[in-house]
Amino acid sequence: MRHILSVLLENESGALARVVGLFAQRGYNIDSLTVAATEDPTISRLTLVTRGDDQVIEQITKQLHKLIEVVKLADLSESAHIERELMMVKVKTTAEQREEVKRCADIFRGQIIDITANTYTIQVVGTSDKLEAFIQALNGTQILETVRSGVSGISRGERTLSL
Amino acid sequence: MTSQNTQPELLSGGAMLIRALADEGVEYVYGYPGGAVLHIYDAMFQQHQVKHVLVRHEQAATHMADAYARASGKAGVVLVTSGPGATNAVTGIATAYMDSIPMVVICGQVMSHLIGDDAFQETDMLGISRPIVKHNMSVRRPEDIPYLVKKAFYIAQSGRPGPVVLDIPKDMTIPSQKFPYEYPKDIKLRSYNPNAKGHPGQIKKALTTLLAAKKPVLYAGGGVILGQASEELTVLARKLNVPVTNTLMGLGAYPASDPQFIGMLGMHGSYEANQVMHNADVIFAVGARFDDRVTNATKKFCPNATIIHIDIDPASISKTINAHIPIVGLVKPVLQEMLHQLEKNKSELDKDALGQWWQQIKQWREVHGGRYDQSPSHLKPQAVIEAVHRHTKGDAYVTSDVGQHQMFAAQYYKFDKPNRWINSGGLGTMGFGLPAAMGVKLHYPDAEVVCVTGEGSIQMNIQELSTCKQYGLGVKIINLNNGYLGMVKQWQDMNYDSRYSSSYMDSLPDFVKLAEAYGHVGIRVTKAEELEPALERAFALKDKLVFLDIHVDPTEHVYPMQIPGGAMNEMFLSKTERT
Repeated sequence: MRHILSVLLENESGALARVVGLFAQRGYNIDSLTVAATEDPTISRLTLVTRGDDQVIEQITKQLHKLIEVVKLADLSESAHIERELMMVKVKTTAEQREEVKRCADIFRGQIIDITANTYTIQVVGTSDKLEAFIQALNGTQILETVRSGVSGISRGERTLSL
Repeated sequence: MTSQNTQPELLSGGAMLIRALADEGVEYVYGYPGGAVLHIYDAMFQQHQVKHVLVRHEQAATHMADAYARASGKAGVVLVTSGPGATNAVTGIATAYMDSIPMVVICGQVMSHLIGDDAFQETDMLGISRPIVKHNMSVRRPEDIPYLVKKAFYIAQSGRPGPVVLDIPKDMTIPSQKFPYEYPKDIKLRSYNPNAKGHPGQIKKALTTLLAAKKPVLYAGGGVILGQASEELTVLARKLNVPVTNTLMGLGAYPASDPQFIGMLGMHGSYEANQVMHNADVIFAVGARFDDRVTNATKKFCPNATIIHIDIDPASISKTINAHIPIVGLVKPVLQEMLHQLEKNKSELDKDALGQWWQQIKQWREVHGGRYDQSPSHLKPQAVIEAVHRHTKGDAYVTSDVGQHQMFAAQYYKFDKPNRWINSGGLGTMGFGLPAAMGVKLHYPDAEVVCVTGEGSIQMNIQELSTCKQYGLGVKIINLNNGYLGMVKQWQDMNYDSRYSSSYMDSLPDFVKLAEAYGHVGIRVTKAEELEPALERAFALKDKLVFLDIHVDPTEHVYPMQIPGGAMNEMFLSKTERT
């Protein structure tokens, strides 16, 4: 099962290495990982997508809790939540393809954020599934480069993960 | 003058470090000097509160500190230089980590501005040690040293204990740069607050289950010793009339001479302990972690048992074996609460069922009973351990290395007190025994300290015989010399048609002469009749290190031994018998 873990972490050097190291040492998967400081500069928020059965996820959360610099964590996928990922795709566009690619980006509510005579760079925001669907939809167009931010997530409603 | 008294003293980073150790109550630091820690060593030289013990290899410093912690319950302290000094300490740090031993390791580091330049004796010790420490930290500003030392001790000694590495770049300890010194009284971390007491509701549920049990067993591990809860455990076990088994790490947590004790469990556990576990209806696990050397195949583990598990580390609960009644907390307050609730509880034990259970256990005890073959030509290692037990009246601190001798010591030295059995259970570190014995002897000079070892293990830190001479450490070394890496050989006998691939110890030194060369006493024992007089002489030489090189049966195996892939109660009982 896919899980989205949100972790509040002391914003100290080495803290991120500890989290990543834990996954490597204990053989857990990381599908994606994003991290940045929060409104409180002493705290970083890390969103991590991983896979595993209930027992594995339980071990992951317990092992994460054991790290001294982990302040709080939550499994977002346990309750209603919103997830978003940002992707930028640079595609090669011949004159006859340009209209079709533009239409496709519009359908996915993507934005063309840079153009050259031969390329479009398109930004798409959404769930990971939507991003993958967009790549599928570009079928026939030559993708030059793809960059994805990894998943960020937040709980719905009044539930918060904060100090 | 009053204003002077209230003004904090000005100290250099190096002096602050040593003063902080003194304020933490540290008596000894084990270590080895080098470039990056010279300022610290100079500060050490200029005071007399904290004493330094110079080892001959940094690994030994970590094992000394570790064993001191195992015997006393307080964190041991290590001081090593950067680069090779730090990497030599790695095995010892990992040893402490695997057995949850509190330790503070201070590593020198190259000057801050050189970090990342591949400077002389630079190594990323934070990176190297990260997977084998409870926590590690680097000093960025000299004035943070007192706080970071306090934090290191707090983390190392609280919750589930473990080693903490403090990396100190050389420019943090410059003698001419002084800062106001104040040692923090206590410390609070928003991200670390180990739950100590245990949930009373869960404790009640556990007690109810135990009181209704027909075939209960108490399975007690190293957490009872670390948590200093032997007394509570013993009282509770007697009130519940439950059989008690200890893990390798838990030996001494419950007295081995008590009739309710059924021996160690697991791979080389007693027949009765493994049978009791397998057939139990309630397993009460206290400060133990269902290690693979205990459970054998987890799928076949104790099929009918309801499992109650007390542990301070939630990650240890339901990691390999699912716990039905988990209790997260320190063993001591949880057991105290349990005893308190038991006093008010009106339910009776199921006396008939327990009577039958004990009847069954009595029968199991007769099946193997720790027997071993006698040999007309060779001394048996088991007989040596029994003799050492007699000569020390069962009251010695016994350290060991790793292998057959370790298992014989665990099986045949009947530990009645906690903190007396000091071995590397989790990591299985050869070379642990001698430095460990030294760490204990230094702090308990009047106690009998015995290192049970083998001719393979002892050579992994034999240079420490020199340290023993320097500090007058009169430990007794029982070298069970069978001329083989015995446990490797046993596996090769059992699984590889006795092809002894590199398990033969060729060109052994003359250990008697070697001991003498280091200024100690060496005694060789090759015949059974020489053992008693040799032990008598060795233990009569109170202040001397005596190296007893005891030649034992090279063909001996450790039994019982669980059959790999089987249930707990599937065992080899001798070379020719199995369950």
